[in-house]
This record gives sequence, structure tokens and C-alpha cells, in this order.
Amino acid sequence: MATKGSYHDQSDDKAANEGRRKFLKQSSLLTALAVAPTHLVKAAESEIDEKAAAYFEQVPLSIEVNGAHHKLSVEPRVTLLDLLREQLALSGTKKGCDHGQCGACTVHVNGKRVLSCMSLAVMQEGKKVTTIEGLADGDRLHPMQEAFIKHDGFQCGYCTPGQIMSGIACIREGHANSEDEIREYMSGNICRCGAYPNIVKAIADVKKGGQQL
Amino acid sequence: MGKHFFFDKNDPIDRVDGRAKVTGTATYSAEYKAQNMAYGFLVGSTIAKGRIKSMETKTAERAPGVLAVITHLNAPKLPGYQTGKDPSKPPAAGQPLRIFYDNEIFYYDQPIALVIADTFERAVYAAKLVKAQYEKAEHQTELKTNLARKKTPTGPRFEDYKRGEADAYKNAPVKIEEEYYHPIEVHNPMELGSIIARWEEKDKVTVFTKTQGVEATQRSIAGAFKLPLENITVNAEHIGGAFGMGLRTWPYEIAGVMGAQKVGRPLKLVLHREQMFTNVGHRPETIQKIGLGATPDGKLVGLTHEAIADTSSYEEFTEATVNISRFLYACPNVTTRYRLVPLNICTPIWMRGPGEATGAFALESAMDELAFALNLDPLEFRLRNHADTDPERNLPWSSKHVKECYEMGAEKIGWEERKAQPGAVKDGEWLIGYGMGTGSFGAFRGAATVKIKLEPDGKLLLQCSVNDMGPGTATMMTSVASNELGIPVNNIKVEMGSTNLPPGPTQGGSTVTSTVGAAVQETCVALKEKIAELAGKEGLAFHKANVQTVKAEDLRFSASGISLKKDDTLTIAYSDLFSQNGLTTLELTRESRGKQQPFSMYSFSVHFVKLRVHPPTGRIKIDHVVACADAGAIVSPKTAASQMIGGVVGGIGMALMEDMVIDHRFGRPVNNNLADYHVPVNADIPNVDVLFVNKKDPHTNPMGSKGLGEIALVGVAPAVANAVFNATGKRIRSLPITPDKLID
Repeated sequence: MATKGSYHDQSDDKAANEGRRKFLKQSSLLTALAVAPTHLVKAAESEIDEKAAAYFEQVPLSIEVNGAHHKLSVEPRVTLLDLLREQLALSGTKKGCDHGQCGACTVHVNGKRVLSCMSLAVMQEGKKVTTIEGLADGDRLHPMQEAFIKHDGFQCGYCTPGQIMSGIACIREGHANSEDEIREYMSGNICRCGAYPNIVKAIADVKKGGQQL
Repeated sequence: MGKHFFFDKNDPIDRVDGRAKVTGTATYSAEYKAQNMAYGFLVGSTIAKGRIKSMETKTAERAPGVLAVITHLNAPKLPGYQTGKDPSKPPAAGQPLRIFYDNEIFYYDQPIALVIADTFERAVYAAKLVKAQYEKAEHQTELKTNLARKKTPTGPRFEDYKRGEADAYKNAPVKIEEEYYHPIEVHNPMELGSIIARWEEKDKVTVFTKTQGVEATQRSIAGAFKLPLENITVNAEHIGGAFGMGLRTWPYEIAGVMGAQKVGRPLKLVLHREQMFTNVGHRPETIQKIGLGATPDGKLVGLTHEAIADTSSYEEFTEATVNISRFLYACPNVTTRYRLVPLNICTPIWMRGPGEATGAFALESAMDELAFALNLDPLEFRLRNHADTDPERNLPWSSKHVKECYEMGAEKIGWEERKAQPGAVKDGEWLIGYGMGTGSFGAFRGAATVKIKLEPDGKLLLQCSVNDMGPGTATMMTSVASNELGIPVNNIKVEMGSTNLPPGPTQGGSTVTSTVGAAVQETCVALKEKIAELAGKEGLAFHKANVQTVKAEDLRFSASGISLKKDDTLTIAYSDLFSQNGLTTLELTRESRGKQQPFSMYSFSVHFVKLRVHPPTGRIKIDHVVACADAGAIVSPKTAASQMIGGVVGGIGMALMEDMVIDHRFGRPVNNNLADYHVPVNADIPNVDVLFVNKKDPHTNPMGSKGLGEIALVGVAPAVANAVFNATGKRIRSLPITPDKLID
């Protein structure tokens, strides 16, 4: 291994491009043909103009976020996380890994906790999304937000929105009946500052308070 | 009244930025808004050493929305690069990586192209279309097979150290000689490396970036682009953790500024999690040897500590790995040696408890081993070798309460339940073990300038460029000001994290409370004196009441105004005081810095761990941790306790799971994501009790505090390893202590 000499990257470049164009052609034929100007289809087929592809690639999306209705047009590959952060200016939902491995992007979709980095925006058609920005009632914080402050359940604050959204869901799911159970059901949310013991106290406190969440 | 006292544990103040953090309104570096934002994505090298032969970027350039593809072939020639001047210099020898400078590859995933598009998705897609061909050279990424290439780092700080006789442990009646291994650990803060750069004019740029020091980043960017400092504005109010990763300006940040200039639009560049493993430093892989010898009654006679650590092939990264062995115990003969091995890997960077944490794993494991060989309780062994003065510098300690830490920690963990014989305490199939480890870190104080502004309504504003990666800097500043001035916490606002504010220190090395806290304190004292001066003027209320001279110490400060301590019936509102003096507000700026003193200044910690091991599966479950700190007076009890807990969690990660594995055939990491690189999750962490000695250090600073951030972690890993030995009789000297190492 590792001897001097020429090295060619094992490129799947060509295959990927061909796949993309094939998809474009097929989708053109199947769905977009009726609405797409013919010259654009031709341009794509003749592999001249990747830039033209953009025009095909928007999909309508109707979504409710924190009670506000949005009628949007998004690319199918846009994740719910990037839609929130980059297009709806809701940067309270955090990107920690973009891989579904850290929990920082946790939001509620129709009341259930979901990793927004692992969900495409277009899959949320007609659904209700709640983010950290949608929890407080005006100046009145949600009990879980209050509890996180009281128990200092964070330091840098970056994982905190995800922890809070998960913490609420953890209680709703009926998985907050003991400290050990909370630890287990909160283990999808990484906190690198290490606020775990205080996060557990905050969730246990809210659970004890018995409010409807 | 909300007067808050340092030692009032019943009413510690909440984190002042808590509300912003729980509502999602705290803004991190990738979250600032800009019109017409462009998005960048970096393409990394697929080889670990060699040269780029050719690059194909046309397909990417033609992809939808792509604005530019920057490579070494078309990158703007940065003036700072041309002169060999460093754009991002850490205090290390060597030539920092100059991004897109030429075709040379030093490590796997080194950035070879920056793709810029009008949306994030388009940039990521187009980045996949960039292809390179390489002339590959033989890389070296493995420490143990490259030991022959070890070298002594440049500079006097890292020369071999000898006190008394060299390697005297060899002749001691009782001795051990062992090797300890620490793998590569990666900081992995939850927030990704990110920068937004916006050129305001042809020679003026504003950046929002993940740095622990806005001024350091300002200097780096100014150096690379050869611009006056005042043309560079750096903002970083909130940082989503860093743990040392933000202690230098990384090449990706320079790329972000370069890219924004190229496309003439604001540019957002966020690293991917995989790039966080390869491009922004790590805690070095380290092989350490400890030789430790004592008399039969447990007095140390010799200590030799050697460490060999990785650095990159282009820079010399150093840390104080062996230094802790020079002062932690009273030992007449101490030898330390420190070497580096350059590898094809990104330059390391200090990670929480840098060096000391790695060194303490070896030293405190060895102390436990020798205590066992001597048939002494590990605590008793440490007490017999307690250093009453600093044996390295022959100076008295400014304060040292490590004995109190031993005492209160032992009581809290239930040390008397511990049996000297391993495996003697059982709970069903589980073996119970107790362990402890000592930590220490210098209690430094640097320079900071704080501006303070009092409004007529009693609202106070504090300003300093220092920022906060999590420990609670603004909370600490608020606490100090409230304590000094008697102004309620809710009336105090802190502005921080920008080069537009008065200069403050980089956040690192456990120095911020000492440095900035002292500056806040001194500025508040100056404000009180100024107010006393204003209040004593002829014609004002006190003067009319026959109080001819008003001194600051005679005054009681409150939310709305001042009164005399001896006669509080007479109150002057701030608004009246100001209007009678023709003022609208009262502003003061003070610089404050620590002085050289004839004391050795260190913080100390002692960590106690109780855990259980399941021999059939090798599983370790930590039952309880007690973290004791001698960190002087505790200024902000709530955030300080959280910081200690966080250090414990980091130390548990170091002890039990963290290990970046490189496939040396290709020189690339195989677990560069958060599913395969394990960090502690909630279920791994038990309740952690934090105990502070909470005694004022008379010399460090006016508050009497010492640093906390590092000692929170230093000593945790050996406490875990020692508890594993106590439970099982297995001495694991190679971190992390994974289950496979405990199964027979």
C-alpha cells in the first residue's frame, strides 16, 4: 500500500451526472412536460445547460410552522431543517450533524418529535410543525423552557432547542416516569457541554408539575 | 432587592442569556441574516499526502446556481500568504496551512476547493462534481510506527526538565514503570465550524465566526489579507461550544473571507460534521511513560514522566502534557521529557484541560498503581506526598486547599465503603469500584478593558469584546457588577463578543473570570468613586445635610440611587445626581491586568468516581461522581457548578469512549461522525455532585477566584480508570476503556 505513483480518484462523477439527467428526462416526460417549456427540456436532454434544470426543480409546499401558514415552492432535496433555518429565518432549530446523530434539529411535526435534518421539507405537506420559537406564549415561557433556566440545563445553548423539544415529547410519550427513563429517552440528544444531569432535573421537574404539554 | 452575594448558594443567579437560549433567539455564527447570501461548501482531498495533478471543476461551475469554484489554480493571491506571513498563527513553530495556496496535500480531507452557489443545496451538490487527480506520496498517520522520527519541540518551554537526580525512581525500594496511551480525541462541539463573511467595501470586511477570541481572529484575517486591524470586524457573541477548537483561525475561515470577496456577496460557509474531525484540530494521540518510585512508607523519591504526541507535518503543536508531574507532588527527583512526531494529519489544538488532562491520566493512574504496590490507601499516599509549596518553582502557593477536596469528596462518595482489594465489593453480577484522581491547572489572569455605563434609571451596561462558548461569561460579569454595586441583576445588561467593544481576552486557559471579572470589579469600584465625587459636591443633598466629604465606602448603592450607610433616610436618585451634575449618563472605561507575584497560582480539583463493571459483558456503568474544586471564591455558583459537571462528562468521554480511529492504509478516519465516534449521552451520565472549597485566594484577583474550566476535566479519566481497577483488578492503561478490554 501507499507507494508513490499516480492515483486516480474512484470517481462516480459520470454515473451521478447521467443519473441526474436521466431522472430529469423521465420526470420531464412524466410530470413536467405539460408545464415545462419545450426548449428547456431540449436543453436538458442535450446536456448543455444544467442551469436550466433549476426551473423544473421547485415543488409547491403548504406547511404550517408555529401557527403560521406558508405556501412555498421548494426543491425536493431541501430538508425541513434547512427550510426552517435558511428560508423561514427560524434559526432556533440547530444543525449539529445533518445526519440524524445528534438531535440538535429536533422539532415537533403534528405534535411528535422529528429530526428535521432527516426529513425532507416536501414530506411535511399539510403538516403542523412546531419549533423552539413556537413554544412560548408571548412573554410567557413554556414550562420546559422555565425549567431549563431554573436547573441550568445548558451551557453553550446550541443543543438546547433540540433538548427542550425532545424533553416535551419525552413527557408526552409517557417516557419520563423516572430519572433513568428520562436519561434513556433523552439519549438521542447530545450535549457536548455535558449538561445532562441538569437536563434530567428539568424534565423531571416539569413532569412532576403535571401540566398539560 | 436583588443584591446577590458570591457565596449565597440559596439564591444563585440564573444564566443571564438563558432566556435567549431557551427561546431560540440566541444567535450563533451561521445564523446572522444578510441580503443576497451565497453559500459555500468545501471539497476535501481524498489522499493524505501528495500533490494535486489536475482538477476538473467545469461540471461544478455549470451546475445550477453555482457562482464560483475556488481552487489553488484560481484562488486570489493573499498578500499575507505570499510573504510567508502567517494568516492564522498559533504559538507554534512551522508554516500554517495556506488554503488554496498550491497543490500540496498534507492530510486527508484538506480543503482543495470551495464551491459557492446561491443556495446551500446547490453548493453541496456541485461540490460533489469537483474532481481531482493526485500524485500520491507515502503518508504517515500512525504514531507508534513513527516513534523513530520523534523530535524535541523548538523553544525553551519544552526542553527536558530535571530536578535532583535524573530517573531516580529506578533506585527506589518500591517502584512501577508503565506505559499509558491516549488516542486522538476530537472536540466536536455541537455547533459546526461556521463563518459568515461580508465585505462592506473593497478593503473592509465583517465576519461572524466560531472563535473563542474575536481579536485573535481579527489579527489573523488582517494578517492574511494585509489590511489594517480596524478594517476587520469580528463578531462571535454566542458560540455553540468549542472546548479549544476555536482557539485559532482555521483555514476554512480564511476561505470564507476569500470566497465572499470573490463573489462580491455575503458568504456563509458551514463545515460538515465529517470536516469537524479532519480540519479543526484534535487532542493529540499520546504515548506516555511514567516511572515512579517511593520508600516503603510511601514517600516519593523519584518521578519520571515522558510523553510522545502527534503534530502535523507542517506545524509544531505543543501542550503541557508532562508539566503536571513537576509540581503536583513533593518529590525531590523529577525528570520530564516531551517529544513530537509529525504526521499527515491536521495540526492539533488544545482541548479542554489541554496537556494536563492527558498527563494527569498517566500520573494519577501511576500514583494509584504505586499506592496499591505499597498497600496504601490512594488518598493516604497522596497526603503523604502533599506539596506544601510549589516544588518546581520553589514558591509558596497563592492558595491550595486540595486536602479539603480529598476530605469532602471522600465523605460524599462513601470512600470508607471502598476495599483495597480489587473485586471485593459486589452487587449481584456487578463488581463495584471506587477511584479518585487529582487535577490542576494554572490560575492565570490576563488583561481586559471593560466599559461601564450607568443610566439615570439605574440600568447598567457592561461592555467587553470577550465572548462565551458556554461557561457563562455574561452571567459572571453580571454577578460581579451586581455584587459590587448593589444594582439588581435584572437591571444589568452585558454586550460582548465583538471587536467593536473594548478589548478583552480570548476565552481559554481558565482565565476569563479572573481576567474579565477583575476588570468588571475594578471598573465598578471606579464608578463608585466617581459617584461619591459627584454626590459630595456643594449644593447637593448630602452636602446640605452637613456631610462634607463623601467617600465611596460610605455609600450604599441600590437599584434607584445612593444613600449613606450611616443614615439611610437620605437617598439621592441616580437621575437627580446626574441632572444636578449636568450629566445624562455616567460612563467609565478601565483596563485591568494581573501582575507578576511571588506566588505559584494554581487551581486544583479532586474527582471521585463510584462505578460498576459487569464482567461477562465488560459493561461499565458509572453510579456516582463527586467533583471537588479548589477554585478560590466562586463568583457565579450556578454556572460554575454546571461547568464542573460538564468537565466530568468530558472526562468520562475521554475515559470510556472517545477515540478517532484512522485507517492507516488510507490515512483517513473511519469513524468521523457522531454515531461512530462515541461521546457521552444522557444515559451514560449519573448524578454528579459538585463541591467547592469556596475560599478566597488572596492573590489572584480582587474577587479571589481561580479558574475552573480545565480542572473540571483534569483528573476525571484516571479516577474512572482507578475505579475500574478497584472493581476488577484490571489495570487499563490504554484509553478508552471499552468493554472488550474488560472481558477475560
